[in-house]
Amino acid sequence: MVRKYKSEYVPRMAKQGLYDPRFEHDACGVGMVANIKGVKSHSIITQGIEVLINLGHRGACGADPETGDGAGLLIQMPHDFLVQQCAGQGISLPDYGDYGVGMVFLPRDPEQRKTCEAIIERVVKQEGQSLLGWRDVPVSPDAIGVLAAKVQPVIRQFFVARTADGEDEDRFELQLFLIRKQIERAVAASGMEEREDFYISSLSSNKLVYKGLIMAEQLEHFYHDISDESMVTSFALVHSRFSTNTLGSWKLAHPYRYIIHNGEINTLRGNINWMAAREGMFSSQTLGSDAEKLLPIITPGQSDTASLDNAVELLLATGRSLPHSMMMLMPEAWGDHLPMDQAKKDFYEYHSCLMEPWDGPALVIGTDGTKVCAILDRNGLRPCRYLVTSDDLLIMGSETGVLDVPPEKVLFKERIYPGRMFMLDTEEGRIIGDAELKSELSARKPYGQWLSSGRVTVDDLPEPDSVHPADFDTLADRQAAFGYTMEDLMMILDPMAANGTEPIGSMGNDAPIAVLSDRSPLLFSYFKQLFAQVSNPPLDAIREELVTSLAATVGSEQNLFEETPEHCHQLRLRGPVLTNRELEKLRSISEGKLKSKTLSTLFDVSEGSGALKRAIDLLCQEASEAVKRGCQILILSDRGVDAAQAPIPSLLALAGVHHHLIREGTRTKVGLVVESGEPREVAHFALLIGFGAGAINPYLAFETLEDMAGQSGMLSSGDYEDSEKNYIKALDKGILKIMSKMGISTIQSYRGAQIFEAVGLNQELIDGYFTWTPSRIAGIGLSEVEEESRRRHASAFQEATVAGSLGLDAGGQYQWRRDGEFHMWDPDSIAKLQHSVRTNSFETFEEFTDHIDLQNSRLSTIRGLLDFKSGDDSISIDDVEPAEEIVKRFATGAISLGAIGREAHETLAIATNRIEARSNTGEGGEDFHRFTSDPNGDSRESAMKQVASGRFGVTINYLSHARDLQIKVAQGSKPGEGGQLPGHKIDEYIGWVRNSTPGVELISPPPHHDIYSIEDLAQLIHDLKNSNPDARVHVKLVSEAGVGTIAAGVSKGHADVVLISGDSGGTGASPESSIKHAGLPWELGLAETQQVLVMNDLRGRIVVQTDGQLKTGREVAIACLLGAEEFGFATAPLIAMGCIMLRKCHLNTCSVGIATQDPELRKQFAGKPEHVINYFFFIAKQMRQIMADLGFRTVNEMVGRVDKLDTREAIVHWKASGLDFSDLLHKPDVPEDVATYCCEEQDHALWKALDHELIEKCAPAVEQQTPVRLELPISNSNRTVGTMLSHQVAKRHGEDGLPDGTIRIKFKGSAGQSFAAFLAKGITMNVEGDANDYFGKGLSGGTVVIKPPSNSTFVPEENILVGNVVLYGATAGKAFILGVAGERFAVRNSGAETVVEGVGDHGCEYMTRGRVVVLGPTGRNFAAGMSGGEAYILDESGGFKDLCNMGMVGLESVVEEEDKAALRRLIEEHLELTGSATAARVLETWAETLPKFVKVMPTDYKRVIEERAKKERDAALLVANG
Amino acid sequence: MEKGRQPPPRVPVADRIRDFSEFSKDWTEQDARDQGSRCMNCSVPFCHSGCPLGNLIPDWNELVYRGEWQRALEALHSTNNFPEFTGRICPAPCEASCVLSINQDPVTIEYIEKAISDRGWKEGWIVPEPPETRTGKTVAVVGSGPSGLAAAQQLNRSGHQVTVFERDEQIGGLLRLGIPDFKLEKHVVERRVDQMTREGVEFKTGVHVGVDYPVREMLERFDAVCMTGGSTVPRDLEVPGRDLDGVHFAMEYLTQQNRVNAGERVDPTERIVAEGKRVVILGGGDTGADCLGTATRQGAEIVHQFELLPEPQLERGPDNPWPEWPLTLRSSAAHEEGGVRDYNIVTKRFSGSNGRVNKLHAVRVEWGAPDASGRPAMNEVPGSEFEIETELVLLAMGFLHPEHTGMLADLVVDLDARGNVKTDDNKMTSVSGVFAAGDMARGQSLVVWALAEGREAARGIDQHLMGKTRLPRVLSTG
Repeated sequence: MVRKYKSEYVPRMAKQGLYDPRFEHDACGVGMVANIKGVKSHSIITQGIEVLINLGHRGACGADPETGDGAGLLIQMPHDFLVQQCAGQGISLPDYGDYGVGMVFLPRDPEQRKTCEAIIERVVKQEGQSLLGWRDVPVSPDAIGVLAAKVQPVIRQFFVARTADGEDEDRFELQLFLIRKQIERAVAASGMEEREDFYISSLSSNKLVYKGLIMAEQLEHFYHDISDESMVTSFALVHSRFSTNTLGSWKLAHPYRYIIHNGEINTLRGNINWMAAREGMFSSQTLGSDAEKLLPIITPGQSDTASLDNAVELLLATGRSLPHSMMMLMPEAWGDHLPMDQAKKDFYEYHSCLMEPWDGPALVIGTDGTKVCAILDRNGLRPCRYLVTSDDLLIMGSETGVLDVPPEKVLFKERIYPGRMFMLDTEEGRIIGDAELKSELSARKPYGQWLSSGRVTVDDLPEPDSVHPADFDTLADRQAAFGYTMEDLMMILDPMAANGTEPIGSMGNDAPIAVLSDRSPLLFSYFKQLFAQVSNPPLDAIREELVTSLAATVGSEQNLFEETPEHCHQLRLRGPVLTNRELEKLRSISEGKLKSKTLSTLFDVSEGSGALKRAIDLLCQEASEAVKRGCQILILSDRGVDAAQAPIPSLLALAGVHHHLIREGTRTKVGLVVESGEPREVAHFALLIGFGAGAINPYLAFETLEDMAGQSGMLSSGDYEDSEKNYIKALDKGILKIMSKMGISTIQSYRGAQIFEAVGLNQELIDGYFTWTPSRIAGIGLSEVEEESRRRHASAFQEATVAGSLGLDAGGQYQWRRDGEFHMWDPDSIAKLQHSVRTNSFETFEEFTDHIDLQNSRLSTIRGLLDFKSGDDSISIDDVEPAEEIVKRFATGAISLGAIGREAHETLAIATNRIEARSNTGEGGEDFHRFTSDPNGDSRESAMKQVASGRFGVTINYLSHARDLQIKVAQGSKPGEGGQLPGHKIDEYIGWVRNSTPGVELISPPPHHDIYSIEDLAQLIHDLKNSNPDARVHVKLVSEAGVGTIAAGVSKGHADVVLISGDSGGTGASPESSIKHAGLPWELGLAETQQVLVMNDLRGRIVVQTDGQLKTGREVAIACLLGAEEFGFATAPLIAMGCIMLRKCHLNTCSVGIATQDPELRKQFAGKPEHVINYFFFIAKQMRQIMADLGFRTVNEMVGRVDKLDTREAIVHWKASGLDFSDLLHKPDVPEDVATYCCEEQDHALWKALDHELIEKCAPAVEQQTPVRLELPISNSNRTVGTMLSHQVAKRHGEDGLPDGTIRIKFKGSAGQSFAAFLAKGITMNVEGDANDYFGKGLSGGTVVIKPPSNSTFVPEENILVGNVVLYGATAGKAFILGVAGERFAVRNSGAETVVEGVGDHGCEYMTRGRVVVLGPTGRNFAAGMSGGEAYILDESGGFKDLCNMGMVGLESVVEEEDKAALRRLIEEHLELTGSATAARVLETWAETLPKFVKVMPTDYKRVIEERAKKERDAALLVANG
Repeated sequence: MEKGRQPPPRVPVADRIRDFSEFSKDWTEQDARDQGSRCMNCSVPFCHSGCPLGNLIPDWNELVYRGEWQRALEALHSTNNFPEFTGRICPAPCEASCVLSINQDPVTIEYIEKAISDRGWKEGWIVPEPPETRTGKTVAVVGSGPSGLAAAQQLNRSGHQVTVFERDEQIGGLLRLGIPDFKLEKHVVERRVDQMTREGVEFKTGVHVGVDYPVREMLERFDAVCMTGGSTVPRDLEVPGRDLDGVHFAMEYLTQQNRVNAGERVDPTERIVAEGKRVVILGGGDTGADCLGTATRQGAEIVHQFELLPEPQLERGPDNPWPEWPLTLRSSAAHEEGGVRDYNIVTKRFSGSNGRVNKLHAVRVEWGAPDASGRPAMNEVPGSEFEIETELVLLAMGFLHPEHTGMLADLVVDLDARGNVKTDDNKMTSVSGVFAAGDMARGQSLVVWALAEGREAARGIDQHLMGKTRLPRVLSTG
C-alpha cells in the first residue's frame, strides 16, 4: 500500500516566508538493549534494531512514504570489526582506546568535500594528533527513500591516533572534543555552499554512531557495517524520529554523540542564552587556553536534543561524571513541600546556583561509552519501561513488548519514575538505582555546609533604614505617566487584591493589536505569550504544583569548571515579586558578596528625539561598569518620574541590559532586579522574567493599592496589608500559570527563556534589545517606542486637567467606551447584524459589513491592512459555485453545552445541519437523544464532536455519531490552559451529559494526558479514526510562531483537518491576561501553515480551516487567499442569535438566555435557526461577489492565492507604516504538481488493524447478539485494539451496547498503545502479558482484564504491567489489572470501576465519577483535582496520607455498609478474573484488612451526594406521610 | 436578577395636582443601591452609546451599587455638567437602549442619575471649581439655556473668561421658563448658576444681542462667540379663527405660569388660566404634556390633547428593533393626572363669539401608503368632521427654527435647509470664531442633546482659541 513519491521536488530546510527552522520539533521512539555484565555481542545490535522496528509507529514519514524522519544507532566502539575493515584499506589501527573514529557526513560536491576533509586533516594535525586515514562507509542508497537519497551526504569515517604523550583516555576524549569543535568552526567559517550538510555524527574513542534520514527497518540495509557479525557491543542505543517537517536533513537523526532523547526542551532559548552568557567565565586547569576552543558550547541553529547533547558534553569536559551532569541538567523536583533527603536537596540547591534546569518533557538516555544513564523529567511526561532477564539482558524503551522475551526469563519489569535516574555500569556489571546514585553524588562535597555559609535569603538581610512611603499627591500623575486607566484599577488590580486570583473575562478580544492602537499601549502589549501545543504538553500548575517552583537565586555565577563554596554565594528568593521593604533590603547591601547598585532608567523629556536611545546606551554602559566594579545585583529603577523625567519602558530597559551583558559575556556575573511603576498585570511580570529579570518590585501598583484601600475607597474588600498580600499571591499564581502554558515548571528555567513572539516590532529593535524573539511583520522601532512614552508622559504632566474630567483615563480595553480603545464589536455592529438576520435584509447586513470592514480600514487587524488585487480576470457571478456549496465549508465554534444553554446549543446545530455546515459540541459531550432527528426532519446533533482534555461524555457512541472528530489542542482565548466549569453552571442535565455530579465544579486539564508529543498526537488521531473510520479527524491549533511546523506534524500524523485558530476567539471564561496576551492573530498562523504545508508537500492531504473573529465576506475571502478552505464562526452566530456581548458568560447571568443555565434566563432565548442560516448565506453571497471579481470559480482555486492580496494603499498611520507583510504574503516556490489545497485523502493505515479480524469474527455477536469467544496473539504494534469493533457495536446498538460478556476475547503478548480504547459495553478483553500507555482509554462500558503470563516468575504486584494514563476519560466499564500501573492512572475517570495493584504519580487526577481500588502503593499527588467518584487505597504502610493531594478530597475509613459491599464486590471480581494473590489475601483477612483501606472522597462530591440523599429521604417521607 | 425595576415613589396624584412642586420623591439609599445592582455592567454598554452625552452609565451604576456616591458623582460629572437637569427631564434614550429592555424592564438609569446628583448637592460635594490659570481669552455665550450653560462652564473651566448674555430677566432659558416646576423646580437651576458665577462666569440678563447689544460690538469685545439661542419660532396653525382670543402658543402659557410660580407679577389681563375651562391641547409631545399638567393644576374642567399622527403601538414593531429609539406610546406623569388623548385629528378651524374661542372644528384622518416624498399620505375620513367646545386652546406643535432676525441676520451666518444655523464638526458657523450649539444649530431637541452640543462647542472654541484642547469630544456625530 506504500505510495511511491513522484514529484521531483525536494523540500529543503531553510528560512523562507514565515517559516523558520528553529520552530522544528521532533519526538520519537527510543530504546536501549544491553548486556548488564558488559558482555559484547552482535545480537545486541540486531536486538536493538528489532526494538527500533517495533517502535516504527512512533516514527513518521513525510511526503515520500519511504523517507523516514530519521533513525540511528549508538554502540560501543567495535574495535575488532574496525581493525579488520581498516586492515583491508591499509590502515593499521592501534589498541582499543588509543584511537578515535570520526563518523562524518560530507558534502556531495567533490570540491567541497575535499575542502572539508582538508580541514579535518589540518585540525587533527594542529592538535598534535595523527590522522591514520579515511574509510568510505559502505551504504546502499537504494535501500532508502527517494527523497532521502536525493539529499544523502557522503558518509566516511576518519581515524585519529592518540599520540603517545601519556595522555589518559579521558584527556584523549577531551582532545577529540576540541578537534571536533574546531573542525565545526572551520567548516562553518568556510563559506562553502554545502557547509550546512557537513556534520560529525560522532568522534570518539569509545562510541560510534550510525544514523541518517532513514527508517528503522532500512537501517541495516543502508549501512552494511551494521549487519556484519563481527561488529559487537555490550549496549546499543536506538532511536526513531518523528519530526514535524519533511525537509530532508540527515544530521537531525538521533543518536547524538552522547544522548538519545524523546521529548522537548521547552526552555531551550533561555538555556542557550545562559550558556553563552556563562562562556565568558569559563576557565579550566586541564584545558588551559584550550578552553577557548570549545566555544560556542551550543552550536547555533540546531535542535533541542543536539543542544542538550552539547551541554552534556561540556559538563563531562568539566570533569563531572555522566550521572552528575545529567542531574544538573534535569534536576528532579526538590521544592520545600517535597519530602526528600536533606543531602540530596542540598545537592540540588547548590547546583541551582550553577545553572538553570533544562526543562521539558524528556526521557534522555546517555552514555560515556561504559556507563549508560537514563533520566526522566520531573513530571514523568514520557514513558520509559524496562525489563531485565535472567540471562542479563536489559531492554529499555518507550514501550513494553518491543522485543520478544520468554516470560519465564523475565526477572522484573519496571519503569523510570518522574525525575528519577537509572544507570547501567557495564564495567561493574550492574544496575545502579536512583537512590544509590544520588546519595553517592550528594555526598561528594559538603554542599549543605557550603549553602548555610554562603547562600543568603531576604530574611537574612538587615532591615533597611527607610522604605519609600506612598506619595498620594503625585500618584495620579505618575499613574498617567505609566499609562494606568480606570480599568487597571477596577478590573485588574481590584480582583487581584480582593481575591488573590487573576480576573476572569469572557468572549474574545476584539480590540486592535498594539501596533494598530492609537492609545499609546505599553511596550508589553507588543508581545504575545507562546504556549505548548502538541509537541510538548502544558502543565497544570495548580493540580501538579509539586513539580513547580517560583524560588530562584539572584547573584553572580562562578566558573562552571569548578566546584567551590563561592558558587552558592547568592541571594535566594521565595518568589519573583519583591515588596518595597524587601527591595530596600537588597538596595542597602553595599558591600560583601552581594553588592547591589541601583541604576536609573529614566530619560529627560526635554532632550530631543533620540533621548530614549541615549538613555539606554548610558544605562548599558553603567551596567557594564557596575559589573566591572564587582556589583552582583543591579536594580533597574524608574523611581523619580516627574515633569522632567519619563520612564524608559521597563521591558526595554531590562531586556536591553540583559542582552547587552550577554553580548559582553558578563551577564551571569549579576542578577537583574526591576523596580518599576509600569508592571501591574501578570503578563507584564511574565515578560520581565522571560527577558531575564530575577525579581520585580512593582512600587506603583503597591501605591495604587494603598490609595484604593485608603482614601479613594475603591478596593472592594480588605485593607491594604491584605490587598498587597493577595496581589502578590495572584501574581505568583499567574506567573506560574504562564510558565506552565509552555510546560515550564521552574521560574529559574523560565527566566530569560523568551517564550514570546513580538507583533509589530521591527528587526532592529528586536536585534538590539530582544535578540532572537520572533517578530514577523516588522513594525515600529525605537523612535516610535519613544514617541509613545512621551505621549503617556505628556498626558500626565504637560497639561493641566480641566475640572470635571476624570483623573484617569477610562480605558476601554476590556469594555467598550465611546472614547476608549477601539472595539470591532460595538453597539452599532451588534445591532446591525441582529437587525439584518432577523429581517433577512442583505442591505442591512451590508451596512454591518461596511461598518466592520471600515473598522478594519481604521486599522485594528492584520487583515484590515490587506486588500484584494482585482485585475482583468473578473468573471460573471453566475460562473461562481453556488452559495449552497460555499456554506458547507462553514462551521460554528466549539461552544460546549454548559458554556451555553441547551436552546442556543441546539439552535446552532439545527441551523448548520439544515445547510450541511457543521456545528461543534464543544467540550461538553452530547445528549445521545440528539442523535435522533426531530419529526420535522431537523437534526439537533452536532456534526463535529470535540475531544478535549476533559473528555466529558466522550463515549464510543458519541464518537460514532460524528462527521468530524475535533481534537482541541488549544483554544484561542487561553491556549495552553485548561478550563473550569463552575458548579453553578452544572445542573442535572449538564451533569448527566458530562458524566459528572451536578453542582460540582468541573476541571479540564491543561494538557491532553495522552498527548505529550507529536507522536502521541498521531496515536490519538489513530485512536479516533478507529473509533469512527467515516469521520474526519480534526486537530485544532492556535496561531503562534511555529504553528505551521506543528501543522506539518499534524498532517504527517494523518489528521484530515487542521484548524488554525486565532488569538481573538471567544471563551466562556478565561483569565483576562490570557485573552489579551496569549496567542497570535490567525492571519500569521494560517499563512505560515499554508507555506510550511506546501513547502513540505503535505498540503494536499489535509484540509485547513481557520477561525477567530471572522465576521464578513471580505474577511473570509482573505482567509481563503491566505490558505484556508474551511471557516469557523462563533461570536457572529451567537450575536445573530441574540448575544449582545455582555461578557458575563462566566457568571451565568446572560440576560438574553444564551450563556446561562438559569432556567428563567434561558426562557429569554429568542434566537432562531433562520438567523444563523441568514448570516451564513449573507457571508456566502459576499464571498461569491469577491470570487467573481477576482476570477475564481471555486473556493479550491482560491486557496492560498496570496498573489491576489495586496497591502492597502490608502493607509496613513504613523505606526503602521513600518509593517512589512512580505513574509506573510510569501508563496513557496514549488512545482505545479505540489498541491496547494486538500485534494486527496490521508492514508490512515487502518487496513493494518487487528480489528478487521475481530469485526469479521464478532459479526454474529454484533448482528445477532450471539456470544463470541476468541483467542489471539498480540504485540505492541497492534495498537488501539477493540476500538473499531466497538464502533460497529455503537453504530448498531447505540448507547446500550451489547449485553455484558457477549464478546470475549483473550490476547497473549504485549498489547500496543490504547488497548481497548473506548471499548463498548458487551465486550470483554483479556490480556495475558502486559500493555502500554493509554490502556482502557475512554472505556465505554466494556471490561478489560490484564495479568502477567502464567509462566512468568516475577511478583505481579511489584512489577509494572500497564503503562501511563490508563483509563483516561473512561465513562463506564471495568478494568482489572494484576500488577502496577504507571503515572496518571484513571486520570479524568468519569465512571469506570477498576482494581489495580499499585499506581504511579498523579493517580485519579481530575476524576469525577467511578470507583478505583488500589491494592498496593501509590505514587505522589494522588487525587489532585479529583472532584467526584471514590477511591479505596489499601494503605498497609500507613504512608498514603503524605502522597495524597488533599486539595479537594478528604480521607475516611470504610465504614458505610454500602461502601464495604462495593469494595468487596470489586475485589472479589478482581480475584475471580485475575487470580490476584493480594486480592485473595485481603478477602481471607477481610476483618483485619478492611481498616487498612483508606477511602478517598472528594469534599464537594460528598456534600452534593449527602444533600441529594437528604432530598430523597425528605421526598420519601413526604410521600409516606402524604 | 432578583430585583425588579422600581422607580422612586411619586406624590399621589390627588396631592400633587394641588401645587407645582416636584412630584418625584427620593429613594432610600438601599433602594438606590438595589436599583444600581440591576445594571449588568455590560461589556458593550448600549446605554452609554445611546446617551448623546456618552454618560459612563455602567461605571456610576456600579459605584452606586457599591455605595461610592462621591466617585459616582465624579464619573457622572465627567461627561455631564448638569446631571440634575437630565436626571429630571431627559426622556432617557439610555433606558431605551439598556440591554435589559430587550426582554424586561430597563435599569432606572435616569433616576439613578438624579439620585447621584441630588446626593452630591445635599452632601455639599458640588462646589465651585474655578480654573487655576486664566488664558486671557474672552468668550461670549448668547443664550443661557442648557446648551449655553454647558458651553459656558466648560469654557470657563478651561480658563477662558466667559460672559453669558440672556435677553430674559432670568438665567436658564427653557429650563427656567419652559419646563414646569413640577418637573424641575427652579432652585435646581439657580444653585447651578450660582456655582458657575462663583467659578467666574459672568451673567448678563436682559441683554438681547442683536437688539439692544449690537453684534459688531460683541464681536469686537470677545475672542469667540457661542450662540445658543434655541429654536424659538413655534410652528403655527394657520386656520380660520387662529386669532381668536383663547388660542395660545404653549410656550406663552408655560412661561407665564413659571413666572407666577417665581413670584413675578403678571398683568392680570395677560394671564392665561385654565381654571374651570375646557382646554384643548394640539400636539401630542412633551410640551403638550407639560401644558396638560399645568392645566390640571390650574383646575381645568377637562383637557383634551389631540395629535395628528396615529396612536403609537405599545410594543416595538419589527421595523423598530432594539436598541433604536422605541416609537411606542409614552405617557408622562401628567397623563396620570387626567386628560383625554385622541389621535389622527386635524384641526380645520376655530370658532367663537366676542372674539373669544368657544369651539374647535376638526376632522379625523387616515394615513395611507408613503407618497413620493416618502411620507405617508394623509387622507381625511369623509363624514368624520366633529367639533368640540373649548375655552382655551394651546398650540404645542413644536418649533421651526431660531429667530432669523436680529443677531443671525446681522452676523450673516449660513443656515441649513431647515433654517437652523449651519455648523461644522467643531460647531463653528460660517463666520470664523462664531459657534452655535443646541437647538439653534440642531433644531428643537432634548436637553441632553443641548448639553452635548454645548460641550462640543466649548471644545471647538477651546481648540480654535488655543490650537489644542483637553476638553473631550462628546458628539457621536463628531
